[in-house]
Amino acid sequence: MLDFLIEPLQYSFMQRSLLTAVLVGIVCATVGSYLMVQRLALLGDAISHSVLPGVAIAFIIDVDIFLGAFIAGVFSTVVITWIRTRSQIKEDAAMGIVFSAFFALGITLITIVQKDTKIDLNHFLFGNILSVTQQEVINTLVITIIVLTVIVLLYKELMFYTFDPIGAQASGLPTNLLNFGLMILIALTIVASLKAVGVILVLAMLITPGATAYLLVYRLHNMMFLGAALGVLSSITGMYLSYYYNLPSGPAIVLVAFGLFMLALCFSPTQGIFTQPQSAPVQFQMWREIKGLFKS
Amino acid sequence: MNCANGLTVDQLGVQYRMVKALSDVSCSICPGRLTGIIGPNGAGKSTLIKAMLGLIPSSTGVITFDGQPLTAQLDRVAYVPQRSQIDWTYPATVWDVIMMGRIRKTGWFRRYSTVSRRAAAAALERVDMAKYRDRPIGQLSGGQQQRVFLAKAISEEADVFCLDEPLAGIDKKTEAIVFNILQELAADNHTVLVVHHDLGQAITNFDDLILLNRELIASGTRKEVLTGSNLQRAFGGQVNFFAGEAA
Repeated sequence: MLDFLIEPLQYSFMQRSLLTAVLVGIVCATVGSYLMVQRLALLGDAISHSVLPGVAIAFIIDVDIFLGAFIAGVFSTVVITWIRTRSQIKEDAAMGIVFSAFFALGITLITIVQKDTKIDLNHFLFGNILSVTQQEVINTLVITIIVLTVIVLLYKELMFYTFDPIGAQASGLPTNLLNFGLMILIALTIVASLKAVGVILVLAMLITPGATAYLLVYRLHNMMFLGAALGVLSSITGMYLSYYYNLPSGPAIVLVAFGLFMLALCFSPTQGIFTQPQSAPVQFQMWREIKGLFKS
Repeated sequence: MNCANGLTVDQLGVQYRMVKALSDVSCSICPGRLTGIIGPNGAGKSTLIKAMLGLIPSSTGVITFDGQPLTAQLDRVAYVPQRSQIDWTYPATVWDVIMMGRIRKTGWFRRYSTVSRRAAAAALERVDMAKYRDRPIGQLSGGQQQRVFLAKAISEEADVFCLDEPLAGIDKKTEAIVFNILQELAADNHTVLVVHHDLGQAITNFDDLILLNRELIASGTRKEVLTGSNLQRAFGGQVNFFAGEAA
């Protein structure tokens, strides 16, 4: 058993990828909890898809792709807010419009540049954790430390803002700054996770562990701690599965996280489907309505 | 009616895109009096409170408290939103919510002090919710949720209290507790402003009233405001108010 766990660790590439996966599991679940409690899960998806053109442009003008991705991610939230406040378009539509456009631009740019370079679109879409370099591990570590430090320092204000934004504004808190700060934290987190799971699957790391924890505990900080633990568990299990069964790493991690979520959904002591049966499940109501249609 | 160190609204106007929600509202709200804002649905009652606190932009008008602009001293204001404005599935306990009232007093980057914990515990005791301290907010009844928010407001140790429909859809016990505390706060010379949703018997708890229907119909003591002609102007034909009050 021990050999089973130790064997992959003799390779330095596995050490680096496992460390990255663990960091990503922690930071995504913690920041993602804020997205979930604000019902803004889609925003995580929007920002992650929007980083792609930043990656491509950074590659073209030869600067750090982390920086390009971060700027594009933050810029997308600015554009979303601008559309939402300057028109009658609702937030979800604004997000859909902006992120698909950014994503399309990113794919176009990367397709153009990948003809004469070795850049691979798939690595950004789905991640390529086995190829992380020492420098990238350090980047991820630094971002994780920054993000977690900010969350600890601003914990009570961010909680107030995400719970009751109007009340927070009425108490004189700078809610626009808090909101923008939160967007920056989310963009940083996504950038840190780019190499591990890619832009498409990072949403799972942001939302799924936090949602699993939400079914089990009922205070924000407990949700973050448990979510981070579940994120780490998913990352490590996914990496080992990927090593022994030759599965793609990012998807393996996401599937483990989903498996844990399903367990909590079915068996949570307070909210589980099997532990707390609902009186009238929706499918039965629909069946009744269908029968009603034929009766009349 | 005018009063020193009170809350003064001068020619407040609010416009939502093309629609005028409030125009030219001027009134005073005095410390030491329990003041209610009444009017029909869509009269702009909540809008008045929100515009006063700068939560929605106003097109005209000046709001002062104690001689200074109110929005520059929001740390002296405790605001209780409508219950429907809150996501009660948020992962927080009663205690977590009460402590939010101490955030401004605590300041950035600091942990809550013992003083804050004591103030919060006392506020919780005052609304008779001490035994629910560790209960998740999603498991409370409507009245209990309202009392939690009142306790949060008390823990803020503010000078001005603005409550948006604190009595909508709550039980008799909570209504009694809420009015009791609001009257105590007013007696302690605080400025207490409450959006009130109906003209039933509960209205006799207020000292002063502000009657709105997109503009100011009347403001002053309860007796001055609750006249047949004022109510007729605000509500139109069907008036169904507490009969003992009509002059």
